Amino acid sequence: MKLLMIFISASVINNFVLTYFLGICPFVGVSNKTENAVNMGLATTFVMTLTAAVTWPIYTYILVKFNVPFLEFVAFIIAIAALVQLVEMYIRKSSPALYRALGIYLPLITTNCAVLGLALFMVLRNYGFVESVVFGFATGVGFTIAIVLMSGIREELEFADIPKPFQGISVTLIIAGMMALAFMGFAGLIRG
Amino acid sequence: MSMGGLILISALSMGIIGAVLAIFLAFADSKFKVVDDPRIEALAGILPNTNCGGCGYPGCRMLAEALAKGDAPPNSCVAGGSAVAKGLAAYLGVDASGHKRKLAVVLCRGGNIEARRQARYTGDLSCTAANLTGAEKVCSYSCLGYGECVEACKFGAMAMNGNGLPVVFYDKCVGCGACARACPRNIIEMHDEDHKLFVYCRSKDKGAVAKKACDVSCIACGLCVKDCSVSGGIVVKDNLATVNYDLAPQNAESTGRCPTKCILFDVESGSTKQNFTATLARRAG
Repeated sequence: MKLLMIFISASVINNFVLTYFLGICPFVGVSNKTENAVNMGLATTFVMTLTAAVTWPIYTYILVKFNVPFLEFVAFIIAIAALVQLVEMYIRKSSPALYRALGIYLPLITTNCAVLGLALFMVLRNYGFVESVVFGFATGVGFTIAIVLMSGIREELEFADIPKPFQGISVTLIIAGMMALAFMGFAGLIRG
Repeated sequence: MSMGGLILISALSMGIIGAVLAIFLAFADSKFKVVDDPRIEALAGILPNTNCGGCGYPGCRMLAEALAKGDAPPNSCVAGGSAVAKGLAAYLGVDASGHKRKLAVVLCRGGNIEARRQARYTGDLSCTAANLTGAEKVCSYSCLGYGECVEACKFGAMAMNGNGLPVVFYDKCVGCGACARACPRNIIEMHDEDHKLFVYCRSKDKGAVAKKACDVSCIACGLCVKDCSVSGGIVVKDNLATVNYDLAPQNAESTGRCPTKCILFDVESGSTKQNFTATLARRAG
């Protein structure tokens, strides 16, 4: 039951993009086409799940054990960067087509603050290993939902008559704000 | 814990994490190594890397891969011209012959002055959108004049002139064909450099209709066909005079009696960016 709560909370109610405003850069940058958005969302979900699975042992068995938890930022960034490298190598070897489709998105995820934020939240909320992995996966699903919704709206926007000063990124940010308002409505449904 | 101890432990634990990840990555790198053909890098270096798509591949890198595999001939790169073709051929050790420079030719001279209008178009100012409505000009084969070809050109080789028609600058045109693909009415054609004789009209309307719609339309009178010294060099097909470039001599003999002056010889070779800006400046004052 708790795992389900964590999943719903992280993917919808406390959506990383729309309530914590993490990962806005890819949210705005890669949301102009639904196809790209879905790819980016899937890649991010994959990396986030792995990140949770890797950073939790690092935190619990190294940083806490040696009483240096303040190193979490540095340790997590290194771990995430190494992880993305590894995933990139593996995909390149196993499926060149997927590698070409993901293209620049994989390296982009390395510098995605939502991934680091996920690792930090996981520690802050004292999640266990399984909970952390579910949390990581749910966060990725939440990111995918947000970016795919946004890309759908942006595809329609192409044909809308938008005043010149608002065209492009401006109107995207305004819409992101409206979507965030809508998602704020869920706030408080589940604690945590 | 003392300050020194804390620093030591921090440094050690970070060092160990880093070292373990590094070893792991190094191991993974050797295991998942993908051997790229080293020629791809070199070939991509020779190509212009403008990613114009003129070769038919999505980008210069894809062409480089195809070249390395031997799927594409060394003269595939239209934007690079013969210099690039020679470079690629030299690198691959094959013959580079057969490269011919292609140029874009706008086959409509019915601008704001020459072409009649039947309506006012207030929609989206793009050729594709205007083409759906039938647009302003009576002639449904004419240039729409919203400059999608100019936007498509990545080499700064096109501009709209004061008469609402696109102009190609032949000092800049690399023949990638992006403009020809962008034009919804297929007015722009790619031609070999040595083609000089063109029928600047695409109207398939009957003579009387074409004449009413535009002052410089081809009315299919057949005078150019008669004046052409080689029989079959110019033919009238679908109410439109058409030059057969395999036969027709590239000279002015067939252009003299054209009543609408739509078949012309060598009128555009002087079209350069410099001349265009000079003309604009002269008109402005």
